[in-house]
Amino acid sequence: MSAVPVPNHRALWAIYRFEMARFLRTIWQSLATPVITTSLYFVVFGSAIGSRMGAIDGVEYGAFIVPGLILLTMFTESIFNASFGIYFPKFTGTIYEVLSAPVSSFEVVAGYVGAATTKSVVLALVILATASFFVDLRIEHPVWMLAFLVLVASTFCLLGFVIGIWSKSFEQMQIVPMLVITPLTFLGGAFYSIDMLPPMWRTFSLFNPIVYLISGFRWSFYGQSDVSVGASLAATFAFFSVLLAIVWWVFRTGWRLKN
Amino acid sequence: MTGILSIRGLTKTYASGLKALDAVDLDIEKGEIFALLGPNGAGKTTLINIVCGVVTASAGTVTVDGLDTQREYRQARARIGLVPQELATDMFETPYASVRFSRGLFGRPRDPALLERTLRDLSLWDKRKDRIQTLSGGMKRRVMIAKALAHEPTVLFLDEPTAGVDVELRRDMWALVRRLRDSGVTIILTTHYIDEAEEMADRIGVIDKGRLIVVEEKRKLMKKLGRKQLTLALSQPLAAVPAALSSWPLALADAGNELEYTFEAAQDSRIPELLRELEAAGISYKDLNTKQSSLEDIFVSLVHRDDRNGAKGAAR
Repeated sequence: MSAVPVPNHRALWAIYRFEMARFLRTIWQSLATPVITTSLYFVVFGSAIGSRMGAIDGVEYGAFIVPGLILLTMFTESIFNASFGIYFPKFTGTIYEVLSAPVSSFEVVAGYVGAATTKSVVLALVILATASFFVDLRIEHPVWMLAFLVLVASTFCLLGFVIGIWSKSFEQMQIVPMLVITPLTFLGGAFYSIDMLPPMWRTFSLFNPIVYLISGFRWSFYGQSDVSVGASLAATFAFFSVLLAIVWWVFRTGWRLKN
Repeated sequence: MTGILSIRGLTKTYASGLKALDAVDLDIEKGEIFALLGPNGAGKTTLINIVCGVVTASAGTVTVDGLDTQREYRQARARIGLVPQELATDMFETPYASVRFSRGLFGRPRDPALLERTLRDLSLWDKRKDRIQTLSGGMKRRVMIAKALAHEPTVLFLDEPTAGVDVELRRDMWALVRRLRDSGVTIILTTHYIDEAEEMADRIGVIDKGRLIVVEEKRKLMKKLGRKQLTLALSQPLAAVPAALSSWPLALADAGNELEYTFEAAQDSRIPELLRELEAAGISYKDLNTKQSSLEDIFVSLVHRDDRNGAKGAAR
């Protein structure tokens, strides 16, 4: 019999393909909801309220909120997709097959998280295209923009993957995105520049990791940022590395996967 | 015969403190059908799940085809197929996509001809494009078998393959298992149904409370532990076994209307001798029959004997 390739690229591809097929089955629901929600944000914040707001650092308010809005949706969707992708096999019991297969944790994570990341990036680009109908967009650093997008998407998909393994019920999967990520995003400068805050709150905001992600992403659009781009990149990488370490530990110990 | 699977000192203690397996040693021969029998919670599924990598062992080693399932897990697992007890399928997928996924997951190159053959063998070809959730329970189980066979394993584990399956499908399953064995696959199955083990297995292992009580060829087991019983329907009821026959292991049943003689199947029959002595003692009978104990009786007596030993141990 032929030997299993190392790394088992066929397994990675099989998982990726399986997950993408799942996304494609529900593509219209997956894309319609965020597109409609984002459009509503533009109508309310961009047109209704935005017309009464001044430009921030020379950027019209409607355009200013685009990067924050994209990330807001991407955070929750990444977590949801990736957590569901691994929680569902645990829930139905089909996880036995992955556990008994000749695959390493790298191949499993790359397959699941890679597919979820692909979906998140596509979603972000669709929202970006939707936004271009409402406001004049300008992207000064398109390559950095894509790099930030992919890095942030994979980071939050990793987070979602960990949440999916940790969760013992569908309700538990909602806790982190609802109670932690969404508030931090609203407070993280998605709709304002933290320079607009009183000094004390501004200092406080610097402890919010989301600030660095949004700031760096906004810089790739308009060349302006609340914190330095280097700090943003470092924070994003740090976040990514911490999650990788957690995932590595989960697979090494079999935590919540194996008895 | 050569060994394909070797288990040494396998022990599993769950976080709850439950000791599911207690230093189990077992060798499986290439090409045999091995049945693992035992009551609920005896450790059958834990044993299978450790070999397949779904559960982590507390101690002990497992090798498949000489490959350690921990250190050389990739090559070892590539040789193993698992059909778990619980029905767990990708309900929104089609059988074809699901089986193709399994083959890829186990690192094998695409092979549409093999997938078609596998699905046809399991009468799933016509249903290959249906959603699995629309299939019957029996069909879903076949999908799980097809998934386990998609990477052409040399050792196949079937955990309660016929639980909750109708009679016809059960016969089909047995036929399939025999076909697989004929093609060189080693099969290890667990079952509740003694008749299944009696029908299928070459060798039988009995597991109880995490310990392998006995591992034996089916025929030898039945011969060694099987009992035969001769029952005589008496013409006149007896109040007691006559003193002249006290050297025989006889017992009265049915209010003295029946005389029972129980003996080990392995011994040479002494029935003619008994009948002559009965005649000499003036006891006449109108009918007689003999029966041999089934694997089920053997199983029950083994597990119960172990219970008594356990109770004695606890008393000390």
